[in-house]
Amino acid sequence: MPETLLEVRNLHVQFDTYDGVAEVINGVDFKLNRGETAALVGETGCGKSVTVKSIMGLLPGADITAGEIIYKGQDLLELSDAERHARRGQEISMIMQDPMTSLNPVLTVGEQMTDVLKWQGERRLSITDWIQDKVSRKSDADYRERAIEMLADVEISAPERVFSSYPVELSGGMRQRVLIAIALLSEPNFLIADEPGTALDVTTEAKVLDLLDELVEDRNTSVLYITHDLGVAREVSEFINVMYAGEIVEQAPTAELFDNPEHPYTRGLLESIPTLSSGIGGGIEGHLPDYTDPPAACRFADRCPYAEPKCSEVVPYPRKTSDDHTVSCHLFDGENAYDRHQALVRENVNIGSPPWQGGSEDETEPDVVADGGNSK
Amino acid sequence: MSYINYLLRRALQSIPVVFGLSMLIFVISRVIPGDPVRLALGPEASEQQVQALKAEMGLDQPIPVQYIDWLIGVVQGDWGMSLRTNNNVLSDIVARLPATIELVVLTLVFAVLLAIPFGVIAGTNKDGWQDHVSRITALFGVSMPRFWVAIVLQIIFVVTLGLLPLSGRLSDGVEPPPDVTHFYLVDSLLAGQFGTFVDAATHLVLPAFALGLATLAQVMRLIRSDMIDEQRKDYVLAAQAYGLPNNLVEYKYMLRNAFTSSLTVIGLSFGFLLGNAFLVEIVFAWPGMARYGVEAILYQDFNAIIGVVIVVGVGFVSANFIVDLLYGYLDPRVRLGDQ
Amino acid sequence: MNMATEKSNTRLPSTEDTAQQERFKQIKRTFQSFLQNTLSVVGLLMILTLVFAATFAPFIAPYPDDAGAGVHFDRASQPPSLEHPMGTDTTGRDIFSRVLFGARLSLMMGVIVLSIAISIGVTLGLIAGYIGGKTNSIIMRITDIFLAIPPTLLAMAVVAATGASLFNVMVAIAFSWWSWYARLTQGEVLSIKEEEFIESSQALGSNWLRTTFKEVLPNVLSPITVKATLDMGFVILVGAGLSFLGLGAQPPTPTWGAMIAQGRNYVTTFWWIAVFPGLAISFAVLGFNFIGDGLRDAFDVEVN
Repeated sequence: MPETLLEVRNLHVQFDTYDGVAEVINGVDFKLNRGETAALVGETGCGKSVTVKSIMGLLPGADITAGEIIYKGQDLLELSDAERHARRGQEISMIMQDPMTSLNPVLTVGEQMTDVLKWQGERRLSITDWIQDKVSRKSDADYRERAIEMLADVEISAPERVFSSYPVELSGGMRQRVLIAIALLSEPNFLIADEPGTALDVTTEAKVLDLLDELVEDRNTSVLYITHDLGVAREVSEFINVMYAGEIVEQAPTAELFDNPEHPYTRGLLESIPTLSSGIGGGIEGHLPDYTDPPAACRFADRCPYAEPKCSEVVPYPRKTSDDHTVSCHLFDGENAYDRHQALVRENVNIGSPPWQGGSEDETEPDVVADGGNSK
Repeated sequence: MSYINYLLRRALQSIPVVFGLSMLIFVISRVIPGDPVRLALGPEASEQQVQALKAEMGLDQPIPVQYIDWLIGVVQGDWGMSLRTNNNVLSDIVARLPATIELVVLTLVFAVLLAIPFGVIAGTNKDGWQDHVSRITALFGVSMPRFWVAIVLQIIFVVTLGLLPLSGRLSDGVEPPPDVTHFYLVDSLLAGQFGTFVDAATHLVLPAFALGLATLAQVMRLIRSDMIDEQRKDYVLAAQAYGLPNNLVEYKYMLRNAFTSSLTVIGLSFGFLLGNAFLVEIVFAWPGMARYGVEAILYQDFNAIIGVVIVVGVGFVSANFIVDLLYGYLDPRVRLGDQ
Repeated sequence: MNMATEKSNTRLPSTEDTAQQERFKQIKRTFQSFLQNTLSVVGLLMILTLVFAATFAPFIAPYPDDAGAGVHFDRASQPPSLEHPMGTDTTGRDIFSRVLFGARLSLMMGVIVLSIAISIGVTLGLIAGYIGGKTNSIIMRITDIFLAIPPTLLAMAVVAATGASLFNVMVAIAFSWWSWYARLTQGEVLSIKEEEFIESSQALGSNWLRTTFKEVLPNVLSPITVKATLDMGFVILVGAGLSFLGLGAQPPTPTWGAMIAQGRNYVTTFWWIAVFPGLAISFAVLGFNFIGDGLRDAFDVEVN
């Protein structure tokens, strides 16, 4: 029985903006098991980074109005600032997205890495600690060694040179590896990989993904992979959570999701992937809703080709279509996944079944490229 | 190695600037209206006397010749005679410059040392009470006339509280320390005269404060807004995600990036204060060059004006150079990018 | 990653929204934002008080004759009291009355100086921008030179050459102040030229008048307003410095700077003579700074 490392329950996050209150995260639930790599997939603006920042506790301007983020049995949202700070980097670590801007340009790579090794987890650095560190030079060699070791692990061929270099002297691919190295420095149990490689060219990205795969396997780290690319998600993760407009619209193990995509948004995403037969895929018409004035019920309804009036009246709560496959769409019948939606179940919305199921096999099954999915 | 290259390159670039400046100064000096020679001699002077003095001062030659003559003279140390004091302008200035420099340097040190923590605190607590207090304080600092602040400080600390001296660089009866740098604070320490040191220091407190308040306000606000801009950057999120201590992130990571535009302002302030410290110098009877410059302007004392402008100009260029130095030290991209 | 990139605004523009309506909405938002800012409102009140005091000085001042050369040795050098809220000076004049009349001078000077400076600056900027080429270079070089010279010193030089009077001081300060406005305007003209792909001024042709009023001026209006408000304060400061040195209006005209200079001699005894005029200066400048700061924030909201 896999052990649950992280569980996000009914997370609601709001922002006070100039145009009103933006309800960005509207009841998000997902799990990550120990040793597993799960993906959080969604387009830009769907709330992925807000979710991630909420887990990290780095969202100062926001109101978390409801929900729990349970890590190793403890609700992170209940912890004090100091306690959350202590976990950052050491328990929960993050690989940043953009290698060009995520490293401090005025410090060398080595300096940034040793800072992390020396001071990680402390909320405030006292003057005495700082002076002591400046004075005693002996531990510096240890830190340096450890950092260079890590740089070598991420397959940087001249780790000493990179250690003494400034970020501006390194290529994008190198910098991304450095970011991975820093994230893994303290052997975290839980790693959040925020679209690593998106800013790089496809070949380099592929290499970075492979590297990450290896490192994670070696260390049995649990990874939450954030991406907008279903193809990448298929490549790296065992479980996929599809996110749209601040909600999880579908969740399933990777193979199941690709064999049997249910939510119209997921299907739309799959169709958007360019294939060998149909060329560049179509996009999905329309755009994300305005979070300050969101739709009353299904947030995808106005872009959905199968929407019915009921979709805009009753919230499509998550329901189980099989043991491990959950979807938030009225097209499907299934057992209610979360108790809190019990009231909605009684509404008994029935808008029929998905048009692509039941009957002929010539129905449009998204034709996904079978080459490992490294397509954009 | 690349840093030294960078320094040399910057130094070389300063030279044409200095030349251009000298030409500019010269041109302006010849353009100021009024006939200073006639003024100096008085209304009864005869035409012959005016011409004679003009010839003596070389004012009857064509302009380019005058420029060369003048430039040669400047480099050799002949800065002409002051119409007002009847001394060599250079010796006038040399006698007064250290006082102004000591005051200005101390003012900047005080302003920057206070501006940094206040600016950082305001910037990292945007819209918090610290931010509001800093904003209001800064607005006050910039709104009060420097010379009036000087007077009010005198009233409070000298007249009422009797804590600090009224004017001058040293109290009556205190001898200046032996000349090494002409900076009393430095020289008194070098000579081991701690009493003199304290005396000189107490005389610097009020003028530096009066002069520096507006600069403090300006730099503080600049640091605040730069820190706010910096906070949005990705590497800050990264540093926080790695669990680095908050104060380390603020001072070592953010401030070092955010400080550059403040550095420029501080550099400009040095040159600015060299010339503009005169009102404070007047109130505190400070024997400085800024005061001398203003008196020269009011008297239309040509050579003295030019002399002061040269010094202020060189001051600007030097300050710029030092600012560039510090840029190169703080930001590796600058010294690497130059190649 | 920035929240700004997370949120996408999907409000489709309705076909009824014209550019006009957008502009009105913007102006309304600016007002609202400005008024929400406590400091701006305080500043506004301060300046309104000042303007009121200056306008009605002859009626409000308890001793209006003291604004000139009054001599009443029987009430000389009195500390602040109910009859003389700011005390009296060494010739017995009521300082409060003099300060009120000084407000007139300061405000008037500020308005006149800035009007001149902005007119010159904007005009030169337009000329430089439209004609372009060599004229532009020359004008911009001159602007740069003037920008580099501290206004106090330049004004002083001009006054020293032309003689000390209120009029000369105003001209002198205006003379040193126009450059920023020139540069701003020129920049705006150039960027509009770029936008419309206009290489030569001839292509602009007779449209320049319309372009000026429809495009250039509206765009420079907000930065100029902010700067001008803040400049009111700084011009008053510079003017005060000059009159402190004796370069402004001559006694017995009650300019704030001159009053401080007078009071300086009695710092050890009659402190109020120097303190209150300075307080008035600070009050005025602070008010303008509060407003200017608030305006800057309010206008920034759109640029966001």
